[in-house]
Parts: sequence; structure tokens; C-alpha cells
Amino acid sequence: MTPDEFIIRQISVFSENRPGRLAAIAHALEEERVNIFAFSIAEASGFGVVRALVDKPEKAHARLTEDGFNVAFTDVIAVRMRDEPGGLYEVASMLGDTGINIEYSYAYSGPAGAVLILRVDRPAEAIERILSAGKELLSAAAFR
Amino acid sequence: MSHWNPRFEEMPAPELDRLQYRLLKTLAYRLYAFSPFYHARMRESGVHPDDIRSLEDVQKLPFMFKGDLRDNYPDRLFTVPHEELVRYHVSSGTTGKPTVVGYTEKDIELWTESLARALTSIGLTRGDVIQVSYGYGLFTGGLGLHYGAERIGATVLPTSVGNTERQIELMQDLGATAICCTPSYLLHIGEVAERMGIHLGRDTSLRAGILGAEPWTEEMRRHVQDWLGIRAYDIYGTSELSGPMFTECADQRGVHIWRDLALVEVIDPETGESLAPGERGELVLTMLQKEALPICRYRIGDVSSVKDGECSCGRAHPRIERITGRVDDMLIIRGINVFPSQIEHVLLGLSEVGEHFQIEVDRKGALDDMLVRVEVRKEAFSDKIADLMAIQRRVADRLKSVLNVAVRVELVEPGSLPRFEGKAKRVIDKRVL
Ligand SMILES: [Zn+2]
Repeated sequence: MTPDEFIIRQISVFSENRPGRLAAIAHALEEERVNIFAFSIAEASGFGVVRALVDKPEKAHARLTEDGFNVAFTDVIAVRMRDEPGGLYEVASMLGDTGINIEYSYAYSGPAGAVLILRVDRPAEAIERILSAGKELLSAAAFR
Repeated sequence: MSHWNPRFEEMPAPELDRLQYRLLKTLAYRLYAFSPFYHARMRESGVHPDDIRSLEDVQKLPFMFKGDLRDNYPDRLFTVPHEELVRYHVSSGTTGKPTVVGYTEKDIELWTESLARALTSIGLTRGDVIQVSYGYGLFTGGLGLHYGAERIGATVLPTSVGNTERQIELMQDLGATAICCTPSYLLHIGEVAERMGIHLGRDTSLRAGILGAEPWTEEMRRHVQDWLGIRAYDIYGTSELSGPMFTECADQRGVHIWRDLALVEVIDPETGESLAPGERGELVLTMLQKEALPICRYRIGDVSSVKDGECSCGRAHPRIERITGRVDDMLIIRGINVFPSQIEHVLLGLSEVGEHFQIEVDRKGALDDMLVRVEVRKEAFSDKIADLMAIQRRVADRLKSVLNVAVRVELVEPGSLPRFEGKAKRVIDKRVL
């Protein structure tokens, strides 16, 4: 597999912190029959960013844009975690050692166990580093 | 030719002072004698024409308001018999009754004279083809400029508004060198022309745009000039004054108000006191020679300032800065006058956010709290919270430096703020005073 195959297209949606916005996003995706694998919300004062890994990112992007949302694609990578303490620290320090910056991360538990989603400043290098350390990355194909 | 009427345009300031004083005094007597409305108002404020002993004494005269014109609909403020009128113009009010303006032959003459000077000061003359794309009819824009342009010997192309493709064809085929229209219509013309494969600056003879009748900004001027490759000039005047009648000169730094035709003041809208040049407040105009509908210390409701210093063109006639908003929209935040137009101005200069906004004012304890909501542009959206917070901070910093008052900024979704056709209602004031 080439490193590119581990780059996953996440959709990011700008959302105001007011009731109903999250529901509106979820409802729109449901109507388009888009499955959500992973989901996170980052909040600041007055606004937030909803990040989601979905099976049909283009479709999700098109629908949410049509509904007036500010939507962007973001490249992220997904590391399979062993269900043991210190897993996150291990990945973070490994990347940190090579000067790769983790811009944010969030975890979710799927049928295949715990997965850590990372946005890094140099994804290609991060992929190489993680793979050569013997860690398992999920390919983009795993989210279709 | 650089001056249409050198006698008045080159008149030195002291002589203009004397002329203006004489005209003001005459006006005061004329109003006292012929305007029952203004006579009563002068009596109420205890002022008699004899009290006008210097130019500064204009401040003793009572104000006129927009409401006075509406209350005296249609013609109760006219001071000439009907058979003296040669024309009516009517401006539709956003609320209530329209305003009717009557013109004597001399009123039309002076309006035309004012524009002849203005167009000449821009550099337009005989041989120019001036396309008038303001509406003709009850609105004053079209006919006013039509007469002014004919007066200087230019060729008028009276296209009025609408049918943009045809306007562009005619502009190209007949070699229009200047266009008079609203700034937004010029942008529209530019876009339509581009779709037709025509660049106004390169593929036509157009070199000047005389733009007004709606608010615009210095940023828009830069955009028009860079994009279309023509020079854009501001024009000012409302129907009560006669119509659009004053423009910038070739120097493009403020609209010259001819002192023999009008006396301009800027006042604090709260106290009614006169403000010094450079200070921003409500524009007050006195039309010194207008006959049918006299206008004396008329509070137009537009926000502007008189420019400090002399114009490079040498004319000793004052210049007003571009209208930056309406007095009705003024907010007082912690004692500081804030105009929503200033906020719009700042936002237009920031690429990360859209130009739509909403202001919410509330009181937190003893202090006013002002919140400005802006939309994040699609191109500026980052899914990193830190980037978005940096945008928020940048908008707040810029607003603070322009308004002199701290403002909270909230980023909202694009398209979520209300859009307005016509008068925008952008302020929610929750203060209980
Ligand atoms: Zn000048």
C-alpha cells in the first residue's frame, strides 16, 4: 500500500453553538444515507467545529453545503490503538520526536476496537513514521 | 477647461464669506416673510432675521427635519405660487408619505449650474459622451445629470436603468466616456460586460464613473478603479436639496459644496452643536438660493464631516467626506458614537469574513456591551479552532481601533445573518434605559 491510501478525507463543519445545529447536521446526513463512523466537536466561545468520518464524504459535503453550512475536507490519519494505557502517549511522543505537530486528535471505538484520529501538519511523513514503528493505520478504504 | 464658472469657483475664501453671509441674511428675511412654517419656527426659537449679523449666526436659526416635509405633504412648505413651478420630483419614503419637491425655473437653473461646475471639475467637457444610467422620472438622479451634462456641451446618452446588455452595447458603440449610476449598478455592468467578453477599461472609451445615490466605501472605489480601469467619483445630493448636485473634483478627496449655493454644517446629532472640520456628525445643509421649496438648516440625517484643509484643486469651497451612514443608526456605546457603517467599512477590509453583520447591544452591570456577529467566509474556514479564534481576534482588534470601543465578536455560519433589501436592520438593542 502507498502512504496515500492511509490519508482519510474527514469532513469539517463550522457550527454555531446553538441548539439544533448538531441535529441539523445529523439529520441531513441521515437523509442522504451517509454513515458516520467517527464524530467529534471542538468548541470555542460561540462557535464550534464538527468533525466527522463518513462513508460518503463527497455526498455529505455537497448536502451540507447546499444546506448552507461552511464545510471543508480535511486530511486525517487513523491509528488503531491497542486497548491499553499509554497508547495515545506513545503515538504522540513518537511523532513529536520527529518534529511532526499534532494539530488535534480524537478517539472513537468501533467494531474493530479503539481508533485514534489525528490531524498532523505533515501527514505523509507521519504515516511513514507510524508504519515503520510497527503500528497499524486504517486505510481510507476502511471507511467506505 | 478646468473651471466652468471661474468667478465663483476661484473666489477667495474671504470674499466667499461675505457672499455667503449676504445670501444667508437674504434667505432669513425671505423665509420670515414668505414661509408661514419657518416663520412660526423662528418665532418659537426667538430668532428674528435681524439677529443674523455674521455667518456664524446661522447657528441661531432653527432646524428643519425630514418629518417637516412629510407633515406638510404635498406642498405646504412651498413659498412660490404654483404657476411659478416648472417641475415636480417625488421621492418615495421608506415610511409614510413621500416627499414632493417643486422647482422654479431658477431652481432647475442652479441645480444644472452646480452639476456643470462639478462635471467640469472632474475633467469632463464638450466632446465627452456621458451615459446617464440613473433612473429618469420622479427620481432626481437621471434628469439632474442629464441637464448638467448637456449644459457643459457633452453628449448625453440617457440610458436610464435596466437592460444592461443594451447599455453596454451602446456604451461601446457610441463611445461613452463617463457613466453616472449607483456603485452597485456599475459593478453589475462590469460583471455583465465581462460575461459578454468586454472589459470596460480596455474595450470601451469609458474613463470615469460618477457614483452615488447609495452608500459606498473607499474599498469599493479601489475595487472599481482596479478592476474596471476607470476613475470613480462620489456624487452627493438628496431630492430636498434639488437632487444629486455636488461631486468630487479630479482630486477625489471629498465632495465640494459650492458656497454660493449651499451652506454646510456638521453637528452633534445629540446636542445640535456645531462640530469642527474633521469631526464626524450629522450633515446640515442650507440651500441659499433655492426658491420653491426653501431648505434652511435641514437635518438630512446623513453622517459625514467637513474635510480639514484646502483642496489641491485650489477651490475654496468646502469638501465633505463620503457619507458614512445614517444618524438614525447611530449607537452610543459607553459614551462613544458608533455608526454601523463604520463596522461595515472594517469588515469590507477583512477577507476572512463576509460583509453582513449584526450588532447586539446589552448592558452588563453598568457597562454597555456590544457584540458583533460576522459570517466566516468559506475560503477562510479552517477546522482548527485556533485559526478561527485568530480570525475572531483580528476582527475584534480592527473594530476596536476604528470604533475606539471594545467589541466582542461572534463568528457565525455563512448565510445565517439576515439579508436586507432596502433599509438594513442590523442592530438589536437590548438595553433598558
Ligand atoms: Zn478640489
